[in-house]
Formats: sequence, structure tokens, C-alpha cells
Amino acid sequence: MSINSTEKTTADFNVDLPDASGHFGIFGGRFVSETLTAALDELQSTYEKLRNDPDFQAEFDKELAHYVGRPSPLYFAERLTEVCGGAKIFLKREDLNHTGAHKVNNTIGQALLAKYMGKKKVIAETGAGQHGVASATVAARFGLECKVFMGATDVERQKLNVYRMKLLGAEVESVTCGTKTLKDAMNEAMRHWVTNVEDTFYIIGTAAGPHPYPMLVRDFQSIIGRETQRQCDAQIGRQPDAVVACVGGGSNAIGMFHPYIKYPEVQMYGVEAGGLGLHGDDHAAPLSKGKPGVLHGNRTYLMEDENGQIMGTHSVSAGLDYPGVGPEHSWLKDVGRAQYVAATDDEAIDAFHKLTRLEGIMPALETSHAVAYAMKLAATMDKDQVIVVNLSGRGDKDIHTIAELDGVTA
Amino acid sequence: MNRISKTFDALATQGKKALIPYVTAGDPNKEATVPMMHALVEAGADVIELGVPFSDPMADGPTIQLACERSLAHGTSLRDVLGMVTEFRQTNTTTPIVLMGYLNPVEAMGYPTFVELASKAGVDGVLVVDMPPEEACDVDAMFEQAGLDFIYLLAPTSTEERIKTIGEVGRGYVYYVSLRGVTGSAAIDVEDVERNLDRIRQHVKAPLCVGFGIQNAEAAARVSDVCDGVIVGSALVSRIAEQADNPQQAMKDVSELAHSMRVAMDAHEALEA
Repeated sequence: MSINSTEKTTADFNVDLPDASGHFGIFGGRFVSETLTAALDELQSTYEKLRNDPDFQAEFDKELAHYVGRPSPLYFAERLTEVCGGAKIFLKREDLNHTGAHKVNNTIGQALLAKYMGKKKVIAETGAGQHGVASATVAARFGLECKVFMGATDVERQKLNVYRMKLLGAEVESVTCGTKTLKDAMNEAMRHWVTNVEDTFYIIGTAAGPHPYPMLVRDFQSIIGRETQRQCDAQIGRQPDAVVACVGGGSNAIGMFHPYIKYPEVQMYGVEAGGLGLHGDDHAAPLSKGKPGVLHGNRTYLMEDENGQIMGTHSVSAGLDYPGVGPEHSWLKDVGRAQYVAATDDEAIDAFHKLTRLEGIMPALETSHAVAYAMKLAATMDKDQVIVVNLSGRGDKDIHTIAELDGVTA
Repeated sequence: MNRISKTFDALATQGKKALIPYVTAGDPNKEATVPMMHALVEAGADVIELGVPFSDPMADGPTIQLACERSLAHGTSLRDVLGMVTEFRQTNTTTPIVLMGYLNPVEAMGYPTFVELASKAGVDGVLVVDMPPEEACDVDAMFEQAGLDFIYLLAPTSTEERIKTIGEVGRGYVYYVSLRGVTGSAAIDVEDVERNLDRIRQHVKAPLCVGFGIQNAEAAARVSDVCDGVIVGSALVSRIAEQADNPQQAMKDVSELAHSMRVAMDAHEALEA
């Protein structure tokens, strides 16, 4: 198969879903208090205009090329392939983007939206701190005031990223309610936004939340899949048999998957955080083990108890430690277009070490989940088959965690 | 006619405004809630908004978040809350009860089950903070058939178009959020509320009740001047927080504050008349 026709380098601007009210089948939508409705309407109408505006697209492209450093390479991991003994494994190197992860594709897009809307302040929620850093970075780049909400637990375990955000000029607000992690940071960011909606733009970090966020984050991240299609054409003369990406909120995965939805011969695998294993409650795998519900403005698969209360999650990677998932993934699961699987903490850590030693590429712990599953998958496939793994982020931020697990005190 | 309409009609006849206290069910413990509800009626409440606790109350400030946490620490479920309403109804068949909370506990129970159980328990209205009319249209008829009023919020930022929509689909009363922010934020600006309510009244026939930022008896009296009912939440809930270890004292403090609001509102109306 060859996909080289009328390809765009920017986000995917030709999609059927979501529908006009933001639904992907029964998922998505806009479940918010009346107090946020006007702000979301304003964002939606601005984005509807800009997504088809050539000037906006050109500016986005320019930022991606010269600031983010795109296109990111598609790299054949020869030694990893050899060790797995099956399909060829290619890595889409989002870890080489400015700030070290895919997150910046989205924050650049949303910062541009903020600029076009005349908002001088931006806020963001963050778990591991990657989205916070990416938001603080683009805020510095565009001269915007930036406040980042982060759970107190995460502030404690991600000190280095907190300091990075501060160096970039952002204010980090430690959130002490609830489980003191990502979901609570998101609650608090929403609360702040409601109060300051006039001059403030909320940069949501993943393809979730109320409409139009899942759509616009998906559009901005779709550059990943579109580049992959072009690079596969050029480098191997065909498209891969499978694409693999880790799924927390799911923005890197949807960025890879979305352009491939219409090519059913390409299998799509989303890898959730299996934590200590899917048999218990210590994981963060709503698609594998949860059920549909409503949280943070959208209907989607959630980790919840029998009374509809949202459960705490566990993952060795803070970036996957979220009880929900973007609504488009819930839809892809239910229509059977993508398969969602899980990798445990141990499998992810093992994959981290393997990739580091075999290829000299240190993946983020989030990304290591995708690598772990791809290694298993490759072993079951033929040698002439191809897997592309979205290498969504680099692992520098996790060295401290790995060192602790190895009993090394730095 | 349901209990909510009856109550507002009777108040209008007497030239009085509704006092609508909010407490979170199960705060500080499950046993405290039904006596608290009776005490609130005794203190002069016309309608009770009973909060269904949720783990992630996005539209609430710290006071009600903490109330949810206290309640959930005892595992208070939506079924438990409906049980409290059933118990309350054994001795009070007139005071309207509105359940206020977030959608997910209702989704988890399932709409048909929830509607049946709520109606059977004696619930009169439902205010689901994160369920706007666009998303509610599929289940709205089910609630209406069971005699449950779907109560909606309006905000200072609501456009005329939305005010019209909610004027059409809202029943019972409309809850006007008096300020930009979450529950328990700043103090209320009565002139600003009045201007907005004038705008809303052109499209909304249901009684207009005002909440957010009403911290004391004086504010309640001034706000009652420009609307049909006054909703008080965080001010009462913070009294419970102060006495969370002593539910008896909490009940006494909450009743006192509610009663002082009742007295101030009635005196104010008498003065106006």
C-alpha cells in the first residue's frame, strides 16, 4: 500500500468525527457546567475558523519545522529487531522534538490559538510535568503568562520538572485535594479557568476533556501519523502492518492512529499502563478494565467503583497515571478498529533497559510501555512485516525513578 | 402540581422568597444527614438541595470538595442518599428535595434505575452540574414522566440563545450562578445579579434562584430582593467542617445560620412591602 497522494504536513483537517456536538459515537461530548459553556463555544468557533485558515496552518507548520524540529526521524531499530526475532521495528522519534516529547506539537498549536484569541495568560495541568514543561516552554516562546497545576504528590516526585517550569518563568501551583495527582490537577485547572475565563486560555495536555479539546489536540498531534505515512513510503515503500503507541490520556496514540484509521490493513495497538497487573486495582487501564462514564467533560472509559466514584490509579509512569482516556480511543475500541492492551510496570522497565542498551535510545517510562508490547508483538510476526512504535518521549526525566528501582542513590 | 411548584406558589402568595440550603449528604457522617434536613426545615428552609458526593467535584470550591471527601470517607453512595430521602419523607411530605451533584454516579447506576428509585424515594428535582441541556435531551423525557424536575444552571456568561433554551427545557426553578468561579469563592455583587436577572426573566418563566457567594444573613436578605429564592451552600457547609467531630453542634450551628437568613429575608420583604 502506498499513501502519497494529497498529503498535508499539518494536522488532519478532513475528519468525519467528532460530530458537530463533539461526539465520537456515544463518547466525547461536552459535559460541563454552564459556567464553562461560553468559553468552550468561543474556543470552538475560533478553532472552526482557524483549522481551515491557510495563514494559521502556515504559522503552525513553521513553528513545527523551526521550533519543534520536525519532521522527527523514522528510525529502523535493527538490533532490537534482531533480539525480538520477528517483525522489523521502526521508531517514530518524537523523543527528538524540542522538550523531548510529542507534547509540544499540541502546546504550540494551542498557544497559537491563545494568541489568535487575544488571551495573555495560559494555564495547564500536568502529571509527570512533561505537558507542564511543554506549556511553560511555548508560553516563554510567545510571551504568555503561564500557571501550571500539578498534584502535590507529583510535585514531590517530579522535582526536576517543577524546577524546569520555574526556570521557564511559569508558576507551579501544587494541588492538595483528592488523590493529589493528575486528575486533581485537571479539576483545579478547570476551576481556575471558570474564574478567569476572560483573559485565560486553558492548554489541555491530552486528547480528552470537553469538546472541542479532543478534536483539536488530535488534529495537532496527527502530524505524527502523517509524517510516518510519508516516511514509510519513502523508506520502505509501503505502510506498516502495525502501529503501536502508549495510552494514558492518549494524545500521542491518537496522533499516530488517526491518519491510519481509514487504512484497515494497518493494525493499531494502544498500550495502557498495566501497573502491578490487570487482575487487581493497581493499574491505569480504563480501556482494558474500566467502563464508560463521564469525567472531565467527556463520556469515555473510566476507572470507577460500583458507585461511580473515580478510582485512584497506579503506574510507574506518572504520565499514564490517569483514570480516563480520550473519547476517540473509547470509540476506536468499541468499533473494533484499534486494540487496547496493557504492559505492566515490570515489562515497561525491562523495555526501558533493552532499548537503552540495544539502541542507545532511552525512552520515557510512558513510552517504554509501547516498546514492551511491540517487542512481544514483533516476536509473533514474520520477518518481512513491519511495526512502527511511536517513541513518544525520552527518558531523561525518569532516570531518577529507574535509579531508585535499581537501588542506586544519586 | 409537584412539591416545587406548590412551594413557590405558596411563597408568592405570602410575599416571601425561598430559602434553599445545600448540604452534602453523608457529611460529616451518614447518620447526621436526615436530622440535619429536618433541622433545616425547622430553621425556615423552603427547599433542600441535597448534595450527592462525588470524587471529582470540578465546579466546586474547597469547602464542598472537602465535604465530599468527608462523606466519601464513609462510603456514601447514591443509593445511600436516596435512602436518606426515603427516611426524611416518613415524617416530611411537603418540603421539596432537589438532588445536586455530578453525572457519573447517575450514569453508573443507570438512568432508568435512578429515575425509578429517586421518584419512589420522594425526590422532586435533580440538578446535575455537568449535564447541560444538549447532553440531557435523550433522558429528559424519562425524568419528566417520573415527575422529576430537571433544574439547570445559568451563569453571567450565558448567551441570550442559551437563556432561551434553558427557559424552554428547565423545570422547577433555574439556578443562577451569581459569579464567575466555583462555589464558595467571592462575595456577591447584588447590582450585577439584578442586571443579569432582568435579562434572564425575559425568557425564563420558572422561578429564579440565586446561589454562589451568599455568605451571611445580610447578603441573603439583599439578594432575596431581586430573585425568587436564595441558595446557600458553602457558608453552611463550612459550619459543618468546623464541627465535623461533633455532628450535634454542627447541626445547631447550621440551623442558626439558616434561621438568621430566614429572619433577615422575611424582615427585608416586610420592609419592602
